Amino acid sequence: MGRFTKKAGNAVPALNTASLPDIIFMLLFFFMVTTTFKKTDVLVQVRQPKASEAEKLEKKSLVTYIYIGTPADPALGTGQRIQINDAFADVADVAAFVESERASMPEQEKSKMITSLKIDKASHMGLVTDVKQELRKANALNINYSSKK
Amino acid sequence: MARLKPEINAGSMADIAFLLLIFFLVTATMDVDSGLKRRLPPLPAKEQAPTEVSRRNVFEILINSHDELLINGTHGTVEAIRKQVIDFISNPAEDPAKPEKELLSVRKTREAEQGNFAEVEALQQAIEVLGDYPVSQGIISLQNDRGTSYDMYLRVHNELTAAYTHLRDDLSRRHFGVAYARLRDKRHIQAIDKAIPMNISEAEPLNVGGAR
Repeated sequence: MGRFTKKAGNAVPALNTASLPDIIFMLLFFFMVTTTFKKTDVLVQVRQPKASEAEKLEKKSLVTYIYIGTPADPALGTGQRIQINDAFADVADVAAFVESERASMPEQEKSKMITSLKIDKASHMGLVTDVKQELRKANALNINYSSKK
Repeated sequence: MARLKPEINAGSMADIAFLLLIFFLVTATMDVDSGLKRRLPPLPAKEQAPTEVSRRNVFEILINSHDELLINGTHGTVEAIRKQVIDFISNPAEDPAKPEKELLSVRKTREAEQGNFAEVEALQQAIEVLGDYPVSQGIISLQNDRGTSYDMYLRVHNELTAAYTHLRDDLSRRHFGVAYARLRDKRHIQAIDKAIPMNISEAEPLNVGGAR
């Protein structure tokens, strides 16, 4: 019956850590793929307002951003400014910008384009309305008032 | 004597991978953008006569440049809007001072006369899913000043969204047993959108507080 007797002095075998790098690599690749580096430097200060009913924006590829707020650098003035891409812009530039963004989208997604308005909560509605009017002219009708939950 | 094959020590591989992992963890900006979705009305084609809307169908909200609210002619608060709008749109007691209702089938006939066939089809689907639901004709009319703060404007919009979400949830629970946001079937979502359409009309802002 010696066949079933345990080996004497059974030390706990060392855990095989050979696959540990593989696991870590898998995590690494996951984060590498999901990481999106910030594309634009925000030149205006945007303190997002709170809205309990805010919904997540699902497809990022459909979204175009327009920022409105006071310049982050006070040397550039204290009035409300619009930021498009990496530069300050005027109300008159909005329509052209939206058009060029839309032109770079695939054909079947053009009608689903969403413009996300990232607006500082202290902004006045005058400028916001002007921007909205420009968006209507550019026929970019789906908008999203960016806000935190 | 056989030479021993030298083996690369892979013990530190995990450490290197960890280092990279932590770098990407730190730089990963998984900022999810969230917000209130709205659809702007298209620019009117040429000079379009404004549509006549009966007084009982309009819920009027005015915000002045001091962020004060005037709701249907009386001073109001943001917190009160939600309840008032729910009551206004649902009009459970068929109050003659509150909006009238139009059956989905009646609306379908009207759209068919105007030749909007995509709309007719959507309404037909809604009828199949929900039955002939009486759609409220209520419209929320929102007007602000150029000096109104964006924060206030958004708070009002948030309350309006909350009111409509409440109404849609209610209908969704009655028919499908789940909240509106949890509906997965596209047909169900569209049916509810047709039964409780979000009618928010925004007028050109006033400019009482001086140009901004």
